[in-house]
Amino acid sequence: MTAILSVAHLRVRFDDYLALDDVSISVAPGASFGLVGESGSGKSTLLRAVAGLAPVDAGEITVAGETMQGGRRSRDFYHKVQMVFQDPYGSLHPRQTVDRALLEPLAIHGFTDTDARIRRALDEVGLGPSFRFRYPHQMSGGQRQRIAIARALILEPEILLLDEPTSALDASVQAEVLNLLEQVRGERGLTFVMVSHDLGVVTHMCERLAVMQGGRIVEEVAAADLARGVVTTDYTRHLMVASKGFVRPETV
Amino acid sequence: MTLLTVENLKVHYPTRTGLVEAVRGVSFTLGRERLGIVGESGSGKSQTGRAIMGLTPPSALITADRLDYAGIDLLRASARQRRSLRGGRIAMVLQDPKYSLDPVMTIGKQIVETLRTHARVPGDEARRRALEMLEAVQIRDPERVYDLYPHEVSGGMGQRVMIAMMLIAGPEMLIADEPTSALDVTVQLEVLSILDRLVRDRGMGLIFISHDLRLVSSFCDRVLVMYAGRVVEEIAAGDLAHAKHPYTRGLIDCVPKLGEDRHPLPVLDRKPEWAQ
Repeated sequence: MTAILSVAHLRVRFDDYLALDDVSISVAPGASFGLVGESGSGKSTLLRAVAGLAPVDAGEITVAGETMQGGRRSRDFYHKVQMVFQDPYGSLHPRQTVDRALLEPLAIHGFTDTDARIRRALDEVGLGPSFRFRYPHQMSGGQRQRIAIARALILEPEILLLDEPTSALDASVQAEVLNLLEQVRGERGLTFVMVSHDLGVVTHMCERLAVMQGGRIVEEVAAADLARGVVTTDYTRHLMVASKGFVRPETV
Repeated sequence: MTLLTVENLKVHYPTRTGLVEAVRGVSFTLGRERLGIVGESGSGKSQTGRAIMGLTPPSALITADRLDYAGIDLLRASARQRRSLRGGRIAMVLQDPKYSLDPVMTIGKQIVETLRTHARVPGDEARRRALEMLEAVQIRDPERVYDLYPHEVSGGMGQRVMIAMMLIAGPEMLIADEPTSALDVTVQLEVLSILDRLVRDRGMGLIFISHDLRLVSSFCDRVLVMYAGRVVEEIAAGDLAHAKHPYTRGLIDCVPKLGEDRHPLPVLDRKPEWAQ
């Protein structure tokens, strides 16, 4: 198995703060890999480091056979790797229409059949052509996140980096967006790397996942094993208990 | 004993494009119990809490057949009377301590300010009670935290400070609007267990507003499910598995759970008649 994305002994430092310490992951083509942890565990930083958005101190990032040099990424890299952010309110330009937001990546990468691609992208995320000339404030949170996904998919990337793509959404809308993501992954054979604090969401979406704490990976486990409770560290067990909801002490 | 009676509460906002009906006839009563209000964004759950608290903007039109708190008609009460209730006998915890605490005032000062707004307490006793309250919300080093500013503490600690501030005047009713949504799952449970213990020990009535049906049902005695400004179902938290309304069922089903293999996830098929 050759990995499409591999990270080896990665270290990220913000001044005196070590955000990532000796982190290694390897993701096979077409796989879906999850990163779970609490705030400050470094899960988002790992994703951002892959995308070239965090300062890499030491270690190596290899994507589709190409080893990254520092924070610089080639245009070709962004053609292969796209990212969806947590907050659809913050990641879309408030003064740009959907059309403009979707045109931007196409223009950067020199596509000419823009009109057909924009229409197809909107269709693919389940929004009709009527959404094409809307502004972000004229859409709901779920619709905005669909646009953010359309923007990432329009370049036909191989890898999608998902940073808490549904945590700003209602539970019912979350289900719709998760279904959409699974569907496009099935159709296009995409590779997912997904960050979430919700164990239920990650085990639903990913086959393998890494549990992170304090900038390190404490455990890497198959989702099926985690669901059966076959985990080795107390921290993972702690997260599993916490995800089940509140237990009143007197009932013990 | 009934603390709060709400009958046919309506909150409407006149806008340029017509009347926005945020809450459309909500009725319930609250005793010394834990009541959950669940719904999606825009279902009117927060607007209900704010209307009871008297925090709705002046442009809103609030009507109700009855809005009665311990014998006080909240709709007829003067602004002064409502101010004395707010923070005194009725308290509210908001979602994000980053925005609900004053960033330029130390934590201790903020708690003391709340106490002295509602009770005549000399300075040194106010300080002592604030420290006691910080200890009650399980802050390990109250003396140190007392002199810190809100940005110097974590989200979980900020929310405990918020709870301490809200409970220091000894309210009989607490409205918690998504008190743990901004927190990590593990911290969420710590904050909930503190809230749970304080509510139980002091015999308060609690209204717990959240979009997380699973969390609410594990924490509350009774749950109101809201959709489009109305209560579509009222159910004992333990009976949630036997919920009847398709909306409630949909809310339970659409959440991915550990150890379940459902692809694709069932999604809510919203029916227009639910909003009738």
